[in-house]
Amino acid sequence: MSITYLEAIREAQAKLLRDDDRVFIYGQDVGGSFGGAFKATKGLAKEFPGRVLNTPISEDAMVGTAIGAALEGMRPIVEMQFADFSSTALNQILNNAGTHYWRTNVPVPITVRLPSGGTKGSGPFHSQSMESLYAHYPGLIVMTPATVEDVYTMLIEAVAIDDPVVFCEHKYLYYHLKADKLPTEGLPTGQARIAREGRDLTIVAYSAVLHECLAVAEQFAREGFEIEVVDLRSVKPLDTDTVLASVARTGRLLCVGESFPWGGATAEVIARVTSEGFHLLDAAPQRINARDTPIPYHPNLWAAHRPNAKTIAAKARNLLQE
Amino acid sequence: MLQTAQRSSKRSISKKAPPHERFLEAFRWMLLARTLEEKLVSLYRGGLITGGVYVGRGQEAVSVACGLFLQKGDVFAPLIRDQAGRSAFGEPLVDVARTYLGSRQGPMRGRDGNIHRGRPRDGQFAMISHLGAMISVAVGALMAKRFKGEKNFVGLTCIGEGGMQTGSAHEGLNIAAVEQVPLVVVATNNHYAYSTPNEREFACHDLVDRAKGYGFEGHTIDGTDLANCLDVIGGAVQRARAGRPPQLVVASILRLSGHGEHDDASYVTEEIKREPFARDCLKCTEKTIVDLNLAGTETLREWREDAAAQVDRAISTAQKEAAPEADEEDWRAISMRDLVDQVE
Repeated sequence: MSITYLEAIREAQAKLLRDDDRVFIYGQDVGGSFGGAFKATKGLAKEFPGRVLNTPISEDAMVGTAIGAALEGMRPIVEMQFADFSSTALNQILNNAGTHYWRTNVPVPITVRLPSGGTKGSGPFHSQSMESLYAHYPGLIVMTPATVEDVYTMLIEAVAIDDPVVFCEHKYLYYHLKADKLPTEGLPTGQARIAREGRDLTIVAYSAVLHECLAVAEQFAREGFEIEVVDLRSVKPLDTDTVLASVARTGRLLCVGESFPWGGATAEVIARVTSEGFHLLDAAPQRINARDTPIPYHPNLWAAHRPNAKTIAAKARNLLQE
Repeated sequence: MLQTAQRSSKRSISKKAPPHERFLEAFRWMLLARTLEEKLVSLYRGGLITGGVYVGRGQEAVSVACGLFLQKGDVFAPLIRDQAGRSAFGEPLVDVARTYLGSRQGPMRGRDGNIHRGRPRDGQFAMISHLGAMISVAVGALMAKRFKGEKNFVGLTCIGEGGMQTGSAHEGLNIAAVEQVPLVVVATNNHYAYSTPNEREFACHDLVDRAKGYGFEGHTIDGTDLANCLDVIGGAVQRARAGRPPQLVVASILRLSGHGEHDDASYVTEEIKREPFARDCLKCTEKTIVDLNLAGTETLREWREDAAAQVDRAISTAQKEAAPEADEEDWRAISMRDLVDQVE
């Protein structure tokens, strides 16, 4: 049997609906026989009548409704059709859900699924990676699963968490990534994973670019360099300890992320490593992000906008030669 | 209603039936709210309250009707000028005092202040400042009650004519009707969004016309007339509870204060102050009570004294309590301790 990243998301939701009466799915086109723009909820409305509900095109109200339902004991999952459209729900996510526990002592257990990241031809409004923006605000957990196994166990974990979770699932991985079977358990939230062991350079990544980094590591292995690749899994909480331990072994750090370059997850990793582990570094840490422009439509431009194996390899080579 | 009451009072001084069965009870909540808010204003002017003070002066009749007909198990998402309704729904007075004075024992523990308070577990939702946001939250709470098989519940949320112009309000009203939840939305037109008058806020003839567009049942009320507020809002709550479509009640009043106590409201025109909706609902209610002889002067005095005593107790309790200390604050914005991001 082979299961894709997208199927794992569907299977996790099916399990959640089956195991927990408090769970319902709320989003545009998720219900009926349609099953979502990416089919992440295919068949679920039929299997779980009344619990997989189509909404109007109202991102703000979708999240507001989920917040109210969560306050009354439910565990709603909101599907944004594309991560980009969650910008119109920022107020509910950041100011309402994100502040609620702090203000009232009552947590808001909602999960907001963001189909994130670029696929070629999708352009400026269907390609964004928003994890850095959400991680900037207090009160939210931000998950960025990079594997089929993680997307399955972490989505189940997201719904179990009493606090609001922004679940950044990468669209590029939906069909490209396959696993033989689904795991019964995963690493705890907030714990990074050493995706590949090495001793010469640490590359910290998350979500889809993890796989580009692994490919680069494989390429350098043929030249005799051993690159360690750390998969953050969640950018908030951020597992600084695992990153520092890796840098202690390698002395060199490259961070790769797909969100825009100003600030962000990669900058946060470098800030923490330089302030807490400056003595561990043999070279100035580097990072690669998407470019500081809107995301281009044409595949030629798009491929050069986000981090790719070529740009990652070039930076890695510079670091290894320093 | 008021004119009828005045005519009848001239004919007889004997006690009459009140214009609504909960008229006097409602008046006492209005009186309590006004007394409390006057006290808060004086504390603010004396420099004893940090941040703003936002009062519902002139809106008490509408507000009390919003809280009065709700029961345990219902949901109330009030807004900035709803002290009367909050009290009528069951918010303890000391919660108000503790929040305004920043006591660590209040529901917000100094983390949030003034009208940003609530007890969500008791159905009193804590508003955020971004207007319109609480409508969909109320919708979600009602959907959850339906999921859980609860019966006979209703939700009520308050907004102003200013908040009605946000995208969030539009989405919330629409989704309420799509979900067919038992929700009452009370929109009070106090004729100014901070300093901006109606003609720069919206261009439709009357906000209640929007009810039809959203699939709500719409009602208008004179917010200075308590009996009218009780009849119509009480009726709307009953209709929503009975499974009618969501209800939109649009009330007309004039805000008899600044936006907050920092605001002298110099932009309010003399002309608008002469409008019938500019009357003080508390004075109108008291006049009805006197005209209909629903309560004697002595009783009214006792009620005033009782309100003042309750307010004094709440304030003095909160004033004795310790303020939050930064080094005792745990500085965690999420409830799950092991998931807190450790940022230095």
